[in-house]
Amino acid sequence: MSNPTYTFKDFKSDQEVRWCPGCGDTAILMAVQKAMAELDHKKEDYAVVSGIGCSSRFPYYMNTYGFHGIHGRAGVLASGVKTANPKLSVWQITGDGDALAIGGNHFIHEIRRNVNVNILLFNNQIYGLTKGQYSPTSLFGQITKTSPYGTVEQPFHPGELVIGSQGKFFARSIDSKVKETTDILIEAEKHIGASVVEILQNCVIYNDGAYDIITSKETRDDNQIWLEHGKPMVFGKDNEKGLVLNGFKLKVVKIGENGIKESDILVHDATESDPSLHLALINMRVKDGFPVAFGVIRKVKSASYEMLVEQQIEEVKAKSKIKTMDDLLHSGSTWLVE
Amino acid sequence: MAKKIIEVEEVVVKFAGDSGDGMQLTGTQFSNTSALIGDVVSTFPDYPAEIRAPQGTVGGVSGFQLHFGKIVDNPGDYSDVLVAMNPAALKANIRWVKDGGTIIIDTDSFTDKNFEKAGCVQEKLKEIYENYNVIEAPMTSLTKEALADTGLDNKSMARSKNMFALGMVYCLFDRPLTHTEAFFDSKFKSSPDVAEANKKALRHGFNYADTIHAMPSYRVQSADSIEKGTYRNMNGNTATAWGLLAAAEKANLPFFLGSYPITPASEILMEISKRKDLGAKSFQAEDEIGGIVTAIGAGFAGSLAATSTSGPGLALKAEAIGLAVITELPLVIVNVQRGGPSTGLPTKTEQADLFQALYGRNGESPVPVIAASTPSNCFDYAYMASKIALEHMTPVLLLTDGFLANGTEPWKIPSMKDMPAIKTKLKKAGSGEYQPYARDPKTLVREWAIPGTEGYEHRIGGLEKMDVTGTVSYVPENHEVMTYHRQNKVEKLAEVFPELEIEGDKTADLLVISWGSTYGHMTTAVRELNKEGIKVAHAHFYYINPLPKNTEEVFSKFKKHLVCEINLGQFAAYLNTKYPKFNYKKYNKIQGLPFTVVELKQKFKEIIENK
Repeated sequence: MSNPTYTFKDFKSDQEVRWCPGCGDTAILMAVQKAMAELDHKKEDYAVVSGIGCSSRFPYYMNTYGFHGIHGRAGVLASGVKTANPKLSVWQITGDGDALAIGGNHFIHEIRRNVNVNILLFNNQIYGLTKGQYSPTSLFGQITKTSPYGTVEQPFHPGELVIGSQGKFFARSIDSKVKETTDILIEAEKHIGASVVEILQNCVIYNDGAYDIITSKETRDDNQIWLEHGKPMVFGKDNEKGLVLNGFKLKVVKIGENGIKESDILVHDATESDPSLHLALINMRVKDGFPVAFGVIRKVKSASYEMLVEQQIEEVKAKSKIKTMDDLLHSGSTWLVE
Repeated sequence: MAKKIIEVEEVVVKFAGDSGDGMQLTGTQFSNTSALIGDVVSTFPDYPAEIRAPQGTVGGVSGFQLHFGKIVDNPGDYSDVLVAMNPAALKANIRWVKDGGTIIIDTDSFTDKNFEKAGCVQEKLKEIYENYNVIEAPMTSLTKEALADTGLDNKSMARSKNMFALGMVYCLFDRPLTHTEAFFDSKFKSSPDVAEANKKALRHGFNYADTIHAMPSYRVQSADSIEKGTYRNMNGNTATAWGLLAAAEKANLPFFLGSYPITPASEILMEISKRKDLGAKSFQAEDEIGGIVTAIGAGFAGSLAATSTSGPGLALKAEAIGLAVITELPLVIVNVQRGGPSTGLPTKTEQADLFQALYGRNGESPVPVIAASTPSNCFDYAYMASKIALEHMTPVLLLTDGFLANGTEPWKIPSMKDMPAIKTKLKKAGSGEYQPYARDPKTLVREWAIPGTEGYEHRIGGLEKMDVTGTVSYVPENHEVMTYHRQNKVEKLAEVFPELEIEGDKTADLLVISWGSTYGHMTTAVRELNKEGIKVAHAHFYYINPLPKNTEEVFSKFKKHLVCEINLGQFAAYLNTKYPKFNYKKYNKIQGLPFTVVELKQKFKEIIENK
């Protein structure tokens, strides 16, 4: 059957979008709808599942099969859907509270198992739906409704958790960058296995401007580096800056200064299975003098959970004498009463 | 000296030893052999929560009880024969041996040191000799002697002493050795010397018992008439797993189990994991919540989905059960009850999760609850739970317990063609309009459109939904409408559930009432009293929510109502909320053990006499 031609409008549901005006979620919704329209699946083969939180209202705005779950359980809901029917394209919408606090356990195990699900982690560093409490990604010292004197907790960095869970795909984007996010989502969908896309999302009400240092017009060129597989790691207004290795650590250099040539700059290899350099890229922060890395940082081939399950079923079926329930009922020791 | 022959209708034998002594294997072999030669058998293993508790202590005693003969409905209360491999096993089980019963002991283990570990003294043994028929056998040394030429090391030789003990009991009841011999040949195919050693120990035990003549010989009456057919031994957990698989096959659906290991339910997950040959998918989740939520996801995607657990796990799953209630998806939740609260008594049985099953969720969250009553009918009720879930689009809670899960009995194998049909609510592509919460006006059941079906894309979830259309709705009146729909849908099941039946003497004043795994002991107690001329009737519940529609009518026929359960009276309290006009007396036991027939009979008599 030929693939139908869709536009993003085909993926809009008839429900009114109820996120706050200016919320970053709206732009991400557009990116997802555009990505789905470009991908090869039929509309009925998409399943969008979520947990609880602002971002988790997402399925209601999509004209696909959708399941709005319970708090923290998006990962297991998605794993169940995908394992039961591997033909579906499963998209998991989750936030920093849903995935990393109440659902932290499911998040790491879903990645470890490598279930072929596209995990969109909307990271706004705050609890929005419950009105402004700190989240596991809130910055140390951040003042929120439940930390009026500043948090005394260190934040999680989602990418580090992904690497620690043996994750094979990690990408980072920004809510407002619809085109870039769309491209990343397409790549995430095509990757076999758990694909985590962290999207820095601005909560206009409870944590407005959290990412200004990265996204503002004045600073964005110096504080963002968009990585592309096979391309040198350069950034800056005129791509005049780049990354090199200094011992085991990354270092920002200026091309043309101190004898640095363009050929000295690291070339991004997303497919490298050793996660060391990917982890270093993930952990670059503005406060340490680095740009924040965006794009597909890690994409390593590996068999997915549900594929291995299907494969094992086929292998066991081929060998076993038990083909039906009646065979099973009569297997092992039985005796006849006449 | 001529052998004393004891004629009996039924016999209870218990093998007891250290948890490393292989008592479960020994008991299983005896029960399999007995079943194969046509006896009715019921078994109950009784093992400690610790895998290897300190050797020789009472806490580390592992036992396997079996009951066989003419009419057998339970694993028996008191043993006719106890095999005690050490003083701790004797100490732990002596109060469960019938007066004058036979006790076989391994004298090699009855040392001062082992008496000390068991926390008792040698002198105690003298009293036992006076009241019981004690057979001494130096099993450890005789086994080592018998195996001296096998080339096995000392420790391996001593390990076969359980087979020596089994051989002795086989002799006592005149059982053939062939089944157990064949078992060893197949189990140790790759190490024939181990198979040979076990078989040798078995034969030497048999011959030893035959030679010493000091033992009585039992002649057990065989069953009056066993229904013709092919039989197998069945335990409750395997029966549950197979019942679920059978329903999936009948409904022509893929099967998915999402679970987390927990005693005493883990065997269900283990059995389903084996069944990749039938295409079953088992998902060992990272926790109990993951277990049920993956199952809910699989149910959404079109599988017959289930999750299996025990009490503490059910507590963790509560919120997710509510999600299955509000999304009205098919799901079977199996709760193999154990002693609680908290971790409680993991390996012991109890019926104290009834309230949790009925009420343990937030909001108005009705769930059908059904309960199996014997190890083998766990198959039928797992099947029924699946049928109800699929035909009525609801989560269903199936209650079993540790007593059923581990107990075994011979089971007449059903044929799949005789299993009742299951008609799913699957919405086929191109079959007209679809509204997620449009309902069958009679049953109030919605249709099931699964992802992958063209044209029926829709969203469901934990937020309250608009009647019919299924969009998110906070309309006050709509919430009430939907709450009633969910409640009425479950209550309407009473129309399709079988009616309550009365067993025993229908002219009695006293109706004894039970549910779940107490059936075997209850029915035996009632039958025996009826035989003695004492009038008592019995009503056993399989369907708990909703209750059978003739419940009130049945209760009205009796003057007295006694509710017996292994908890503090949860079913009695539940009945009181439904039919408050009856005065429910209660009989409860909370020791992690089943009722005994003896104590039930005594209680029934008390209630009858105390007018």
